[in-house]
Amino acid sequence: MTDEHFDLIVLGAGPAGAAAAVKACALGLRTVVIDEALAGGGQVYRAPAEGLALARPGADQQSGEELRRRLAECGAMLVHNHRAWLAGPGFVVEAVGDGGARRFHGDCLVAATGAMERHLPVAGWTLPGVIGLAAATVLLKAHKVLPGRNVVVAGSGPLLFLVAAGIVAAGGRVAAVVDANPLSAWLSRLPEMAARPDLLARGIGWAFALRRAGVPVFHGHALRAIGGSTDVEGVLIGPIDRRWRPAEGPARTLAVDGVCLGFGLLPATDVTRLLGAAHSYRPGLGGWVPDLDENMETSVSGLFVAGDAGGVRGADAAPFSGELAAIGAARRLGRGVGEEKQQGTLLRSWRRAARFGAAMSSLAMPPPEAEALIPDEATVCRCECLSRAVLDRAIEAGSRTLADLKAATRCGMGPCGGKVCMEAAAMLVAAATGASREALGQPSARPPLRPVPLDAIAGSFDYDDLPIPAPAPL
Amino acid sequence: MPPDLRIEDGVIRKAAVGFRLDDEDMSAPEGETLAAALFASGVRTLRRCPQDGSPRGAFCFMGICQECAVLVDGRVVEACRVAVADGLEVRRL
Repeated sequence: MTDEHFDLIVLGAGPAGAAAAVKACALGLRTVVIDEALAGGGQVYRAPAEGLALARPGADQQSGEELRRRLAECGAMLVHNHRAWLAGPGFVVEAVGDGGARRFHGDCLVAATGAMERHLPVAGWTLPGVIGLAAATVLLKAHKVLPGRNVVVAGSGPLLFLVAAGIVAAGGRVAAVVDANPLSAWLSRLPEMAARPDLLARGIGWAFALRRAGVPVFHGHALRAIGGSTDVEGVLIGPIDRRWRPAEGPARTLAVDGVCLGFGLLPATDVTRLLGAAHSYRPGLGGWVPDLDENMETSVSGLFVAGDAGGVRGADAAPFSGELAAIGAARRLGRGVGEEKQQGTLLRSWRRAARFGAAMSSLAMPPPEAEALIPDEATVCRCECLSRAVLDRAIEAGSRTLADLKAATRCGMGPCGGKVCMEAAAMLVAAATGASREALGQPSARPPLRPVPLDAIAGSFDYDDLPIPAPAPL
Repeated sequence: MPPDLRIEDGVIRKAAVGFRLDDEDMSAPEGETLAAALFASGVRTLRRCPQDGSPRGAFCFMGICQECAVLVDGRVVEACRVAVADGLEVRRL
């Protein structure tokens, strides 16, 4: 394996990572960008699949093209289609791609790893045809594929309306939008939304498009069950109260062939956890987030975070934090002098842009009482096939922490590494023990951060080359 | 022929190429990810849960959930991270 040395390693080529890389190069830092996808853009500005072209590219596609052009021209080494599976102090990042394993050394590291979707398990959500809201955006943006012939879009937050309107605009059918929040919760965020009239107008446009298409929107409702034997056949929806607990009122069944489901975004903190940075619980930003100073630097010197990985504030705020992180890194390396004025401007722009994103993030966040929406029979840990009833029994038998629950049941120890289930599992522990989500902390981060083939990590070696220590003298 | 979920209006795709899923001949535009291609063609069950045998399919489409794991050339890979190519041999686990 070859070792490659850089001033700065940027993990992630979404809007935050791209901005960090472009700024770092402008400041003279030798920079490498490592990203899992085939092309830059992250989730919001995801590139169309290879070979797919659009006759009329939308605004997000155009922004994505601009991002990829700037990234290609900035001078950073771009390592696409590589999975960083280990980040160590110093900093060292190990990644695996088509060409095998590579090891990168950087004096500073910017984690721009974005966010993951949060899920509240419901009976039947493991059926094929049930996909995440973010997954639906991948199908719609990168592949121009509908998530079904006739789908229900359910969960919380702005992605509901982005996805539903996207399906309708593409000529698909949405049977209903099922939104956990009452309309009043949206209206209460109007002051923050008004700070960005353009984004507010976009949201109102989605709502009107859905109304024109005759799509019913059930506010203050949630899926109670997804039905079907081998595939999605229908859903049961029912009202919930303001704390997202099942409420009295008529339940409805809808015949659908697809479900798009998601409850907001969760900052992807695995890299900062693995490197031992301090984190705080901030539900308004999506949950556990690394503590950051005005340079976007964590408690670990030289480790910076940009974009949603530092708290879900949205794609508009991300580039500002990326540039701030790059300036911070340059200063750490004694090269960012004379950037103070720009830093102040960036910080103000970041805070302004973040207001809208953070308001949406807090709206999407389920309150702790939403655990009441998870029925006993619902699979919580999909990898290990563990239902709520099984987890509740383990908690009752003494599992008081996330680590206890893992040890007792293997919850979160399957191939996904707990990325899909841990928040739901934490809600169950909190509900049963009376502990707050904050008190429960975060699960330990463990390499590999993503599944990678063992032979790629091990590399090619000959058994004869393995050093064998001399036997101990008798 | 299963229903095709690909949006046609305003979209230009590469020509379809043939690949095999278990013992079935399939076709999809080259470069589309395997998960999207199978989903669009109505093949949504990609594997069985090892514990209870329940059907599973692609869920996150971005390499996190591992639900779309299939065998390509004898290796377990995520179908959402493999591009369709001519002659690809895919087996469900």
